[in-house]
Amino acid sequence: MTMSSYSERPVAKAERPDPVAVPWPPVRRRSGTVSARTISAVTLLALLLAWTLAARLQLVSPVFLPSPLAVWGKFLSVAQQGFVDATLFQHLVASLGRVFAALAAAVLVGVPVGWAIGATTIGRGIFDPLLEFLRPIPPLAYLPLIVIWFGIGEPSKVLVIAIAMLAPIALSTAAGVRGVSRERINAARSLGATRVQVVRHVVLPSALPSTLTGLRIALGAGWTTLVAAELVAATRGLGFMIQSAAQFLVTDVVVMGILVIAAVAFALEFVIRRIERALVPWAGRD
Amino acid sequence: MPKLVLDQVSIRYDGQPRPAVERVSLSIANGEFVVLVGRSGCGKTSLLNVAAGFLSPADGKAAVDGEPIVRPGADRAVVFQNDALFPWLTARENVAFALRLRGVAPAQRSRRADDLLSLVKLQGSGDKRVWELSGGMRQRVGLARALAAEPKFLLLDEPLGALDALTRERMQTTLLDIWAASRAGVLMVTHGIEEALVLATRIVVLAPHPGHVVGVFEPTFGRRYLAGEPIRNIKADPAFAAARGDLTDAIFQGEPA
Repeated sequence: MTMSSYSERPVAKAERPDPVAVPWPPVRRRSGTVSARTISAVTLLALLLAWTLAARLQLVSPVFLPSPLAVWGKFLSVAQQGFVDATLFQHLVASLGRVFAALAAAVLVGVPVGWAIGATTIGRGIFDPLLEFLRPIPPLAYLPLIVIWFGIGEPSKVLVIAIAMLAPIALSTAAGVRGVSRERINAARSLGATRVQVVRHVVLPSALPSTLTGLRIALGAGWTTLVAAELVAATRGLGFMIQSAAQFLVTDVVVMGILVIAAVAFALEFVIRRIERALVPWAGRD
Repeated sequence: MPKLVLDQVSIRYDGQPRPAVERVSLSIANGEFVVLVGRSGCGKTSLLNVAAGFLSPADGKAAVDGEPIVRPGADRAVVFQNDALFPWLTARENVAFALRLRGVAPAQRSRRADDLLSLVKLQGSGDKRVWELSGGMRQRVGLARALAAEPKFLLLDEPLGALDALTRERMQTTLLDIWAASRAGVLMVTHGIEEALVLATRIVVLAPHPGHVVGVFEPTFGRRYLAGEPIRNIKADPAFAAARGDLTDAIFQGEPA
């Protein structure tokens, strides 16, 4: 009561502040406060400026640090004329093709494995240790073995990426399946749901958000593995482009390639988050 | 007339030396509103879970019309304390869930769901998502969802327990109206003494360690409300205060005041 009448007459408060009625000082953001977003933007700009200055003043040789302008120029020329027999777009398509082929394979294997782990004791017994064994191994460590087993063709590259994607998809799915609310299952059963209907109408939609989260993490992991996958006998791809450029000390292409890989990763993350919001708007709303 | 019977039911949980419930008998006929009250650990929710078919008794029999209860079924729809709605469905789809399981055509089940939403005074909220509803509204969707199954018995597990006091008051009369409209037999578990008196045709008082029946009351306040008397008048009646005192004594007997 005091609060509302008090705010209706702010003048009275200014004139005669009642020591009892006056509440805490208003918690308000000072006008000078800046948001984290602004700070991030300024940081990036400062880095870009420092980079430009270092290159312009020749503090570092262009072989080691090409100027931002040179990198931009390289971006345009590789986009139009290409580098090592392919345009930037062709490199990008080759890399994306591998990553999405790997994603498809990883989903086909990972989702059923995740359900097996989440829903059955036998599945958990079989797959849990295998995944825990596989998960921490860096892709570069198993790459040679895969080349010995499957040769240097396209399947090996896709396989390397798919292996990196498998664990996140399977483990997220398993967590989703296992985390289904007992009460919701009971509610469905008491409304007459059969076992199959419980799985179809309760467990599936409950686990879907986790599977999509796993997919997003997997895509990030797969994209990170790209350069390793394209180490061996590739003729196209962003990772391949960077490695070839590095061999000829074409540093501006290397830097440009890194930036493109980062930008694509950012875009993929953005798109998947959008898909998640459209497909499972109920995620995290319990 | 459909009848849900628990006969000399004992309940044991793994790893516990003493039974949670020992030789409790209950029967709920169609049109009855039976409320279980008692201190924590008296096994009232366990008994409801036996009636629902979520739990099998260690001893004794549970049956509907002589048919043993071996699994959950739509003849005994449950409403939970934490609504247990499906957030991937709208309010209307939640209500229509039981009909969807039975293969009722979409248009028909939507119409039925809208009727039930009106019954729980949520007309016009069918397209809302679960997270857009308040606690009281969610609980009403939960009730409508259970009613859609056209159960012989409604099992209510502290359905008003998570609501604020004012919403709770209002939900009591909503529950009475719904019960009167459906004529299903109701078995409800609650901690609320007033709630039990307002709603029940029979109150079964349980005491813990192990759970057993210590008293039965047959209040008529709910019937008076349904006959048209305002609920505030009923609660102000000295008879109501006396009944509250008696019920409280029965619940806490043997415990130092």
